[in-house]
Amino acid sequence: MIVRILGEGQYDVADGHIDALNHLDAALESAVESGDHDTFRASLDELLTAIRVAGRQLPDDSLQQSQLVLPPADATLEEVREMLGDEGLIPG
Amino acid sequence: MSLMKRVSLIFRAKADKALDRAEDPRETLDYSYKRQLELLTKVRRGVADVATSRKRVELQAAQLQQQSEKLTGQAQKALSMGREDLAREALTRKSALSSQLADLEQQRAQLQGEEEKLTLASQRLQAKVESFRTQKETIKAKYTAAEAQTRINEAFSGISEEMGDVGMAVQRAEDKTAQMQARAGAIDELIASGALDDASSINRGDDISRELDAMSSQSDVESELAALKAGVSGGGTQGALEAGETPAPAQVEGARAAEQPEERQ
Repeated sequence: MIVRILGEGQYDVADGHIDALNHLDAALESAVESGDHDTFRASLDELLTAIRVAGRQLPDDSLQQSQLVLPPADATLEEVREMLGDEGLIPG
Repeated sequence: MSLMKRVSLIFRAKADKALDRAEDPRETLDYSYKRQLELLTKVRRGVADVATSRKRVELQAAQLQQQSEKLTGQAQKALSMGREDLAREALTRKSALSSQLADLEQQRAQLQGEEEKLTLASQRLQAKVESFRTQKETIKAKYTAAEAQTRINEAFSGISEEMGDVGMAVQRAEDKTAQMQARAGAIDELIASGALDDASSINRGDDISRELDAMSSQSDVESELAALKAGVSGGGTQGALEAGETPAPAQVEGARAAEQPEERQ
């Protein structure tokens, strides 16, 4: 499964890791919903680290579409909310 | 729905929207390629802009650093002249500069981080644009409009996601740089106004320096005055005159004037 971390690149993550990633993703999502900044930061870091560790980075010239896309490592909770609620954040 | 999935769907919606505009799908390949090159130019310009901002912050930090060292020197000088109050004032200003300097260092690090991220983004985009160009030529050479659609969709969705990502990265870097430029502008104004005590500022000048200079010239006057006084009072006793081998004419005159009342008595 191809996962993109925005601002960083794409990773090919083996299917065996998906459950663990979904678990981390759920924690991140609930932090975004509750507006808990500390939990947001911690779960985003944890999720991105898990993807970097489990995944194999795709070469730069790959033109594959990602199944999953994640916010950049330095994204704020507000930016993520805006990203989800308003497509205007992604230009083009 | 999961957050990762939701974000990916937003990107897909963008790609689909771009594709829907196509009439002959092969024509959109060229159009898209043109937009990719434009974005590549934009990212490179973004890298240059961030670098310019970083250099500006570095220059300001160097100015403040210089000022900070000057204040240390002033504090030492003031203390050696027994003016603890002035030394304290100089060190107080220096500590205000220290927090500005720490802030600038933080800004510099952030800008450098943005610069590195954008540089990597431009490298990734360049590789993908090149790859897209190759696929585009292959598709145009080998397939009819009807056959081309699937291939185009594949190439298109991959590059479109990258373009969305890079476009966002450029936007974020621009926003951050704009914030820092506003702060850098404020520091430039502070330096220009002399509030940060830049010695080169004409408006206010450097009052600590002025006072230290004034004290120096004042102490020159005092020591000269003291020497004169010593000469004058020294002339009052015979022993002092003998001890002075070559008294200055003024001292001799003074000595005579002082002696005369004694002679009259």
